[in-house]
Amino acid sequence: MRTIIAALIAGLLFGVGLTVSRMIDPALVLAFLDLAGKWNPTLAFVMAGGIPVAALAFVLARRRHTPLCAADFAAPAAGKIDRRLIAGSVVFGAGWGLVGYCPGPALAGLGLGNSMTVLFVASMLLGMLAFRAVPALHQPSVATQE
Amino acid sequence: MDNFTPVSALIGGAIIGLSAAVLWLGIGRVAGISGIVGNLWTARMAELGWRVAFLIGLVAAPLLWRLAGGPMPEVTLSASPLLVAASGLLVGIGTRLGGGCTSGHGICGIARLSKRSIVATATFMGSAVVVVFVARHVIGG
Repeated sequence: MRTIIAALIAGLLFGVGLTVSRMIDPALVLAFLDLAGKWNPTLAFVMAGGIPVAALAFVLARRRHTPLCAADFAAPAAGKIDRRLIAGSVVFGAGWGLVGYCPGPALAGLGLGNSMTVLFVASMLLGMLAFRAVPALHQPSVATQE
Repeated sequence: MDNFTPVSALIGGAIIGLSAAVLWLGIGRVAGISGIVGNLWTARMAELGWRVAFLIGLVAAPLLWRLAGGPMPEVTLSASPLLVAASGLLVGIGTRLGGGCTSGHGICGIARLSKRSIVATATFMGSAVVVVFVARHVIGG
């Protein structure tokens, strides 16, 4: 039960963070990606705010054998930089650049009454399922960053 | 520069970092959205509950924020339905193939100083910048 509550709190924080930082607005994300236009660096400040806080948690966790409310740390295995990582990132970036949505902001926006957000999330889930349906894409086993 | 909000971006970013901290220190899991969603249908029961709880929180948060009277940003999506569907498909396939997205690679991975994540983040940002450039300044220009 404590695991569920911790995850719920983490999800709430994530959604509030995306709202406060305005990352739930795809137009603002596109303005960051548009280097040749009226460039808007807001997204860089979101990462600059988030990375040090997360890094502190990862450093603090090294002193512990187990997390506070679970049995183990599921650390992503240190895999290689391979073609799969690069190809996947290129494909993801292309989709991100088309509309300005990545998975977090799209999911956080699901309840805000925009039918395009619902269409994006449905297509994203379909893409994830399609990936599962093609076994050739899964080998070799590669570390998942979640 | 209009529409540039560095202070709320830093604060919002820190709250996202706090979310990653709660998930890692609390239950030892990485706050990567594409992995949390993408592994939903293969997760064992013990791994399913926290994923569902996290996603409920993620979807509910902006609604609760609005209910509490917090300032709501606009959500502007001007792309056609066909483009939105294509974008969703690419994001779904790409994040699974590349093992992460903006949160898992971009925030948590860089915070862990993972070489894979740093390379992945540079790659998807580069790819997105190229697509936006072509869409706005080559085709749209």
